[in-house]
Amino acid sequence: MSATTTPTPSEPLGGIGRKRARSLLWHLGSLLVLAVVLYPVIWVIGASFKPSKDIINSLDLFPAHPILANFTGLADGIADISIWSFFRNSLIYSLGAVAGILISCSLTAYAFAKIRFAGRNVLFALMIGTLLLPYHVLLIPQYVMFQKMELINTYVPLLLGKFLATEAFFVFLMVQFMRNLPKELDEAARIDGCGHLRTYWSIVLPLCRPALITSAIFTFINAWNDFMGPLIYLNEPSKYTVSLGLTMFRDSDGVAANYGGLIAMSLVALLPVLLFFLAFQRYLIDGMATSGLKG
Amino acid sequence: MGTTVTLVKESPLPTRKARSAAPAAGKRRGRRENLAGYLFMSPWIAGFLLLTAGPMVASLYFAFTDYNLFNSPKWIGFDNFTKMFDDPRWQKSVEVTAKYVVIGTPLKLLLALGVALLLAQSRRGQAFYRAAFYAPSLIGASVSIAFVWRSIFSDDAVVDRTMALFGVHSGGWVGDPDWILYCLVALAVWQFGAPMVIFLAGLKQVPKELYEAAAMDGAGPFRRFWSITLPMISPVLFFNVLLETIHSFQIFGSAYVVSNASCGPADATLVYTCYLYQQGFKNAQMGFASAMAWMLLLAVALVTAVLFWSQKKWVHYEEDAR
Repeated sequence: MSATTTPTPSEPLGGIGRKRARSLLWHLGSLLVLAVVLYPVIWVIGASFKPSKDIINSLDLFPAHPILANFTGLADGIADISIWSFFRNSLIYSLGAVAGILISCSLTAYAFAKIRFAGRNVLFALMIGTLLLPYHVLLIPQYVMFQKMELINTYVPLLLGKFLATEAFFVFLMVQFMRNLPKELDEAARIDGCGHLRTYWSIVLPLCRPALITSAIFTFINAWNDFMGPLIYLNEPSKYTVSLGLTMFRDSDGVAANYGGLIAMSLVALLPVLLFFLAFQRYLIDGMATSGLKG
Repeated sequence: MGTTVTLVKESPLPTRKARSAAPAAGKRRGRRENLAGYLFMSPWIAGFLLLTAGPMVASLYFAFTDYNLFNSPKWIGFDNFTKMFDDPRWQKSVEVTAKYVVIGTPLKLLLALGVALLLAQSRRGQAFYRAAFYAPSLIGASVSIAFVWRSIFSDDAVVDRTMALFGVHSGGWVGDPDWILYCLVALAVWQFGAPMVIFLAGLKQVPKELYEAAAMDGAGPFRRFWSITLPMISPVLFFNVLLETIHSFQIFGSAYVVSNASCGPADATLVYTCYLYQQGFKNAQMGFASAMAWMLLLAVALVTAVLFWSQKKWVHYEEDAR
């Protein structure tokens, strides 16, 4: 306690013990937060190996007698739909979204960052404005439009916006990145006779790799987690993504008939996101951090 | 977001300079640049017209009509709005959402700032903790985690029994209309990692000399936080407050799943977007739902405007930053 009362903790003697105490406090605090943060994840891992009746009420993190029945049961699918179907659909949605975002947002960002065209600043302000626009204002009319076009129960409503650069956050992220690239490069390219398409493809895109990777991973995870889009647009269980498939585990009363299966499936559904996170956490955290700072 | 606005202002306008320098050649080049610009922008422009601007106009029109998707929209003036203000469930949804935003957002940001301050002292393991604390922000929006939340907050489950030890509340949070909203708040606060990472980046940019100078002058830790840290990170704080507030107005998935698609018990988790969803997609009241959406837009715009206005009083931008 006395460690915090004096303002300068740099005297050589006595300072060492104080330093150690502070370091200990730091680690204790961090570990406490870590325990709270990790608890739900560890809980779901442990619970997926418990029999259904123990999942809610047993306080043991890991069961004394782990069972695999919850996972092997998943192979039977749910309501005649194979689990793989949900995963395949989620993959179609997520990978489609990644492709769309990478193409459309990088083209748009290139125009904002590297081409001097009339009206650029107005369009940029509009683009930033859409960042703050609640999606729900567009929900009803978009649904009506896709319904008139008979595109309900397809992935078009989910993916069209991704191919038309409506995700302003990623456009913004890429603009910031492209603006910071050295100007000499594209000037040299122009002197060598490169048009914009060539400069975009052979010079700017390869240099933007970090921004592209960050956008791709965020897009994948967002699409994988997306619940509202599939809930509104997909109404046939064979088209369901993992998020919707999970909700099929409960019956009309909201009680899960197969609680163990639900929890096991929840864990399996989390795995791709967790793996992406472990592999690319640097890109994700740096991308997040720069979004709040001056370019 | 303050950052982006300054960006808009600062983005240079070299077009005019280039034009006036060499009139004839510049004009031709300018035209070519315009063409290239709009070609590159064409996906975005198509998306903006088809999926943003067009729907906004349509939504505004629907808000003044009676429309169930199968009839053609019938103009009814302000009826949707008067009906909405008299609707007890709409009032309830406003109350629930307001409670969620007002309780959840400050708690989440306080935790984010507190943990960022802790992590900002570079010690061994910092990068590990930063990554681990960030992870919930990525998985927190998933249906899986919503189900986990529902489970651990159930009657006689782990949270219930632990909190009962402290005498807080017993009898399950998910089934109790007075407590289930706090279960959603906890889920939001659990995802403090994203704002924390932004706070951390801001804290790293505070010049160390300032702290050393203040320590020499005898300023204690609280004084240093209040007079140096807080003003220096105020742009980042503003960005986080704005984004988190707007974001939490739009909560849907977690409320929907944690309440088992019922938004209950007793409408206790009937957040605004859940009611909008029920009216629009369950009752096919497209006109009423559009009117609701515009009220949400107005609320978000109002909060944004107030925050930007208040910014002058408490956000410090360094003048010589560029």
